Amino acid sequence: MSQTLKNLYPLVIIAVVLGVILNLAAVLVWVERRLLAVWQDRYGPNRVGPFGLLQPLADSIKLFLKEDWIPPFADKPVFVLAPAIIVVTALLSFAVIPFAPGFVVADLNIGLLFLLAMSSLGVYSVVLAGWASNNKYSLLGGIRASAQMLSYEVFMGLSMLGVVIIAGSFRLTDIVEAQRKLWFVIPQFPGFVLFLIAGVAEARRLPFDLAEAESELIAGFHSEYSSMKFGMFFVGEYIGVTLISTAISLLYFGGWLGPFLPGPVWFAIKTMAFICFFILLRAAMPRPRFDQLMLWGWKFMLPLALVNLLATGAVVLALS
Amino acid sequence: MLSLLRSLWEVFRHGFHKRITVQYPEERPYLAPRYRGRIVLTRDPDGGERCVACNLCAVACPVDCISLQATEDENGRRYPEFFRINFSRCIFCGYCEEACPTYAIQLTPDFEMGEYNRQNLVYEKEHLMVNGPGKYPDYNFWRVAGVAIGGKDKGQSENEDKPVDLHSLLP
Repeated sequence: MSQTLKNLYPLVIIAVVLGVILNLAAVLVWVERRLLAVWQDRYGPNRVGPFGLLQPLADSIKLFLKEDWIPPFADKPVFVLAPAIIVVTALLSFAVIPFAPGFVVADLNIGLLFLLAMSSLGVYSVVLAGWASNNKYSLLGGIRASAQMLSYEVFMGLSMLGVVIIAGSFRLTDIVEAQRKLWFVIPQFPGFVLFLIAGVAEARRLPFDLAEAESELIAGFHSEYSSMKFGMFFVGEYIGVTLISTAISLLYFGGWLGPFLPGPVWFAIKTMAFICFFILLRAAMPRPRFDQLMLWGWKFMLPLALVNLLATGAVVLALS
Repeated sequence: MLSLLRSLWEVFRHGFHKRITVQYPEERPYLAPRYRGRIVLTRDPDGGERCVACNLCAVACPVDCISLQATEDENGRRYPEFFRINFSRCIFCGYCEEACPTYAIQLTPDFEMGEYNRQNLVYEKEHLMVNGPGKYPDYNFWRVAGVAIGGKDKGQSENEDKPVDLHSLLP
């Protein structure tokens, strides 16, 4: 009997993680609209339910009732598949995220690599959506997304390698435990800044939302999408934002470590703080031109990440 | 780079500013007395209709939403037989008010005219007429105009001289 319970435990974790993440993605729609409003001296949606908290429900009911239109010129199977990919890859990444000691779906010893791989796979969704839409603006968005991912993925990996060098492990639990004395944000501050920027680009959020760029590309890769397929892109985007925020708090801010409050609470606080920071970025930043984006990535960020990696490696080697 | 950080900080500080939104149904916005909202037809201080059915408002109206028919009562006072404003066309420009020689047509600070049925937006005279002088409490067109009507002859208006006797040679 106790053996069955033990076998059920991972399933319970999966159910909890899925429930929390998917609901969080919905609530984030409300959070984002409220916070953007707050920073623009408005109130935001505050009518549906207490504080407008039921707004996501109203939004999703609306989305479900919309016509689910597939354009006749689209590549149908790919068009349908694309929104699923973004959600699946983003959710898969959460398999390796430890929410508390032991509370993790799969504590892989290459957890960080898995996370990177899954979040990179997410770009397929955008590229395929842009391609399958058979629309020049969507295709432009897809192309931009792929170029952006390629250039920002490189130094994203390099910037977090500093953390891996200090912690000596790719396992996320080990990385968090290695921060008992000092959060990695202090010795790895340049790496943290680089990772933050790369993370915003990875999540395709403003100011790096060139794939979407509603003012120039008319919503880019998802201009042909409607109803819940469109909704899936947004769920995927918000899960992506949550993922990057959890990654930042795990790698640089000591995950569940913190005084007085229980671990998961600390983890949630840190993650929410970064999600709010993402939204603040959206409220404050202008969108760069595409060539500026690429130039920054390759000529500035990548060398900086390499220098950071070299310096970290040298210091760790000298101290050992 | 520094300017980006500064704008981040400035936007963050806006979270603690006063809200600009007016929470409308509970909280009413302030509307200036000369706000251009629902159109009304006003009356003289003594209660008579001000409109003399001159059609200037209908002519001035850029969207042709005003229509009226002039007629005369037993005292020789012109007044509109019907007066109709189609508010589904009206753009609330206020030209009718400017054109009106008798201050009869006026725009008011009221904009809550929503209807479910478009036909209900066509206001007839009984919907437009109000029991008051509006923005010009003391003005009475018939008392200052040099027009003879029943009960008031030529030369009996305010500030009006007696009519000149054409047959007299006296200066």
